[in-house]
Amino acid sequence: MNPLDRYESLVDDVDAFRTACDRPLPSVVRTNGIAASPARVREAFEEEGVAYEPVDWHDGLFRLPDGNPGGNWPYVHGWTHGQEEVSVLPGLALDPQPGERVWDACAAPGSKTTQIADAMDDQGTVVANDNNLGRLSALRHNAERLGVTNAIVTNQDARNFSVKPLAFDAFDRALVDAPCSCEGTCRKNPDVLDQWTLDHVHGVAGIQKGILARAVQATRPGGTVVYSTCTFAPEENEAVLDHVLANEACEVVEFDLPLATDPGVTEWEGDTYAEAVARAKRIYPHRNDTGGFFCAKLRVGGGGADGDGRDDAASETEVAA
Amino acid sequence: MSDRSDREERGEPTNDGQRFDRLPETPADRVVEGRASRAEVLDWWADRFGIERDVFEGYSFWEKGAGKVWIFNGEATDPSEVEAVGMTFLRTRQEHWKPTGRAASRFGAHATRNAIDLDPERAARFAAGEDQDLPEWDGDWGYLIATHDVAGERVPIGVGLYLYDELRSVVPKGSRADLPVVE
Repeated sequence: MNPLDRYESLVDDVDAFRTACDRPLPSVVRTNGIAASPARVREAFEEEGVAYEPVDWHDGLFRLPDGNPGGNWPYVHGWTHGQEEVSVLPGLALDPQPGERVWDACAAPGSKTTQIADAMDDQGTVVANDNNLGRLSALRHNAERLGVTNAIVTNQDARNFSVKPLAFDAFDRALVDAPCSCEGTCRKNPDVLDQWTLDHVHGVAGIQKGILARAVQATRPGGTVVYSTCTFAPEENEAVLDHVLANEACEVVEFDLPLATDPGVTEWEGDTYAEAVARAKRIYPHRNDTGGFFCAKLRVGGGGADGDGRDDAASETEVAA
Repeated sequence: MSDRSDREERGEPTNDGQRFDRLPETPADRVVEGRASRAEVLDWWADRFGIERDVFEGYSFWEKGAGKVWIFNGEATDPSEVEAVGMTFLRTRQEHWKPTGRAASRFGAHATRNAIDLDPERAARFAAGEDQDLPEWDGDWGYLIATHDVAGERVPIGVGLYLYDELRSVVPKGSRADLPVVE
């Protein structure tokens, strides 16, 4: 079966959804602010004659209609990194700041780690973890190519992540960009649809719950955890949030993303989830002509309430309403 | 950890190739034989490339493996048993210290000497990993930072080795690129 069939009941326009999923995605690069500004990248592309198109919701992203994102000087200089548009969303939701302690729990091959380091102005500490030693070499290669100096790379099972090797015992922010069924990447890799099985969905959902729970535990009270996947499966998205809300001290908060999104679903195949999971965001390919994605922002509870003011304000608005 | 304690009791600390150890501040603080000190590393970049010491002020330096020095801008324990701490920066424990290409790319814009500016055609050949005759260079032999001009600004490409009128590209195979000549 084509797993996209099972999500037709979730989307507003089935034909547009299916048509978009069949269309290949353009090559996209993200500007690495550690090395260059978007304006410098544009100048270099123009001097070299590299065709590019801006992305209207992010000034550091460029679509390259001729492909070959690595075959130009800005890439060689580490000014750009090939990264699908939706892949920058969890980094935006996480909003890491210079000087903070940030954990990227499933970091390889490092697109989001390097985006986090960039947002931190390469100051503070980003701990980039992955359980797959082979994929860590790609992560290290990308971090070095982009000139990231504030990353520590670890090779642990994120579900049991130990902070013992670190100089601190809690993070300000954590990103769980979880391993998943990946149907959202079908526009660049249609094979994911053939390889999809419901057994895998259920198996990986258990891993996702374990990683997200550990991320909440490893983040200080008031800190931020972002959960993201590139699957449409509620079992791997809202159900994971629902599980962690019930078992860990945290809440799902409202947040903004700069493109069109749909709310998280609270019912799926006979299961119901906490109403708060509707604050998560689903990104369907036909809405913005991107890959598919899921992203939620959590605020860690317990202890003092010294979190990000905007999210506190959003939570209070919810309570007052 | 106990074997390290045993060695320390015997007064024989040695380099452990499997973990990151912070460089001592000065040669006088050195306890592991052959380990470069922070002061020597900063002196080397200042002497070789004219990069001022304050450029590296907030960074710490770590050794893992024999002579491989890493540069780091965050918080870490010492010693540290992790896969990486920052980025590879410099190869020491050999007669001629060698900067990494990534270090040249990240910090080379601060260089005021031993940086060789390549014209568009030479820059493309350098990035492709080609060696090239360059008898007109009248600076030092040894490791140089190769640069070229991108949209009006000088940008470091990587590290070259200058010997006998020839600039050898030491761009690692995996990083070589077939790039256009941008006039």
